[in-house]
Amino acid sequence: METPVSTAVSTPDARVTVRCTYREAMRAAIREAMHRDPRVFLMGEDVGRYGGSFAVSMGLLAEFGPERIRDTPLSESAFVGAGIGAALVGMRPIVEIMTVNFSLLALDQILNNAATLSHMSGGQFSVPLVIRMTTGAGRQLAAQHSHSLEGWYAHIPGLKVLTPATLEDARGMLWTALEDPDPVLIFENGVLYNMEGDLPDDAGPVEISHAAVRRHGDDLTLITYGGTLPKTLEAAERLAKEDIDCEVIDLRTLRPLDTDAIVTSVSRTTRAVVVDEGWRSGSISAEVSARIVEGAFYRLDSPVLRVCTAEVPIPYAKHLEDAALPQVETIMAAVRQSVASDG
Amino acid sequence: MSDVARAGSIEPGSGQLTADVDATHGLDLYRRMQLIRRFEERVYLHYLQGELPGTLHQSQGQEAVAVGICDALRPTDWITSTHRPHGHALAKGVDLRAAMAELYGKATGCCGGKGGSMHLGDPSVGMLPAIAIVGGGNTVVTGLGLAFKLMRTDQVAVCFFGEGASNEGAFHEGLNFAAVQHLPIVFACENNLYGASTPFHQVSLVPDVATRAVAYGVRGEIVDGMDVLAVREAAGRAVAEARAGAGPVLLECKTYRFAGHSRGDVKGYRSREEEVLWKERDPIVRLRARLAATLDAGVLDDMDAQVEAALDDAIEFARQSPLPRAEDALTDAYATVISGGSAS
Repeated sequence: METPVSTAVSTPDARVTVRCTYREAMRAAIREAMHRDPRVFLMGEDVGRYGGSFAVSMGLLAEFGPERIRDTPLSESAFVGAGIGAALVGMRPIVEIMTVNFSLLALDQILNNAATLSHMSGGQFSVPLVIRMTTGAGRQLAAQHSHSLEGWYAHIPGLKVLTPATLEDARGMLWTALEDPDPVLIFENGVLYNMEGDLPDDAGPVEISHAAVRRHGDDLTLITYGGTLPKTLEAAERLAKEDIDCEVIDLRTLRPLDTDAIVTSVSRTTRAVVVDEGWRSGSISAEVSARIVEGAFYRLDSPVLRVCTAEVPIPYAKHLEDAALPQVETIMAAVRQSVASDG
Repeated sequence: MSDVARAGSIEPGSGQLTADVDATHGLDLYRRMQLIRRFEERVYLHYLQGELPGTLHQSQGQEAVAVGICDALRPTDWITSTHRPHGHALAKGVDLRAAMAELYGKATGCCGGKGGSMHLGDPSVGMLPAIAIVGGGNTVVTGLGLAFKLMRTDQVAVCFFGEGASNEGAFHEGLNFAAVQHLPIVFACENNLYGASTPFHQVSLVPDVATRAVAYGVRGEIVDGMDVLAVREAAGRAVAEARAGAGPVLLECKTYRFAGHSRGDVKGYRSREEEVLWKERDPIVRLRARLAATLDAGVLDDMDAQVEAALDDAIEFARQSPLPRAEDALTDAYATVISGGSAS
């Protein structure tokens, strides 16, 4: 496996790490999958010659050729359907959809076919398909390129929904998803692509069934995923200076949801704030809140609070977009409100 | 296509029906069409008697399309189907008992009672679970073709769809996607003139779906879908082209659904005169007449009796089969077992 970049350094614990971005980690994951399994191919709009709209597949066409790095017509229904069909008869396709908004053009295929074929056929068929797509706002792309619908997809039985928010998960979730016999959707929040950090050079596949505690704390549990993880961690660090010690849970996988991790943490801290870039009504934040109520109601010292995107299409102008999205300050305010409440 | 292969060149009385189909083969086509016809008629009767649940989309009149096309396929070739899949399933070789039991919602059904009439399928005979969203198979089939191409097999995939689906975006996306990648696919349009109640001329200024092939640079062909020998011949050409790597073909079979669209359809949208006209072209009657020229009537009657016996057996099998356990409703949403037993 090639490392994402060449500047390897040794860390104190003797693990060699490489400096890389989320984008490069994702690319390394695709490259690894292509090398490991000849059934794997990548298909989508502009993934080949152009290197992907977000440059994730840059260079892969030259390395693997046009048969395995496949530019498609602008036909989301067709190429998602093609991914389903190819998966049904033994291939391991990675389908890239440019943004989550465009995935709606293939929603019939995702919901009516990918998610149903296993159950509807009495288990005769499975759909080992991976669909990757960019999600989220924060890049001034306005109301048709910025939404966060991953929680909405998590409503659908038959799908698995992953939201890598760290370099390790960007690097490691893809292979595990490809080995999974069921359709897996991977949501890559657009603001994360340029996130840079140190990744162990032997980083590889990670499990996709559990949430992760990204920061330990005793006073309150912040629960988030995807693009709002960095903001939530920053809020937690700043709140520590106010002597509020937050635990931060990264859900990682929205379906199946790791209820145990949520309930265990909240039972201990007795307070919870859910941070979700999706809209509030009928959302994954609502689901998380309900599970806390179902599993930890008598442990709560204050109501579960939520910080979500305002219920409007995402606006274009910077200050308007900022106003619509969860921000470090709004997360901090919700935490203070929770801590101040005696329930 | 050489002239020798054309049906018209066959010497009368030679026992050959076409260059590819002799009397024995023709008898087999007859058997399969008759099986579909009687399957549809008998399940409809049991449906009216309250023995079968849900709804039924029957295909009486369209048997020549399913049988003629599947006859041109190998067992390793695949098909996709629609909300009207009984004929396709039986023509491709889905076990009769398993198909019948599926309509009865029994555990022994091909989908364990979870799919029902609209989702018959079986990987062992190369049939995806039928996709009951109109046009839904037109894009999934491209993945079959793409996989065959990437895996360097010479398999072919056939997508059955109705003329109504040709107004769905998926029809256009799928055909173009298959065309530009030269995928080994036959798009088999069953043009039965009506999308539920709506006549095609009311929703398309182009009377022939095959014309739309031009827009995608593929070959389109129209065939008499009430003549199984003609369908068999056209399908043979189309499948051979697809298998040879020449890309997809759009084969439009002009046919007619003798029954209503689904349960309770009293067919008020079409005239009795029109129905009579099409019933005079009944593909089973026509083939029987052709076969009667070379076979004893007793052979055909025997075949009819065998079909009835097979259906008696399948219906009895379905009736006697156990229902799925209630807890089976919760399995198979995922191929994997998810820790804690919950996939939510």
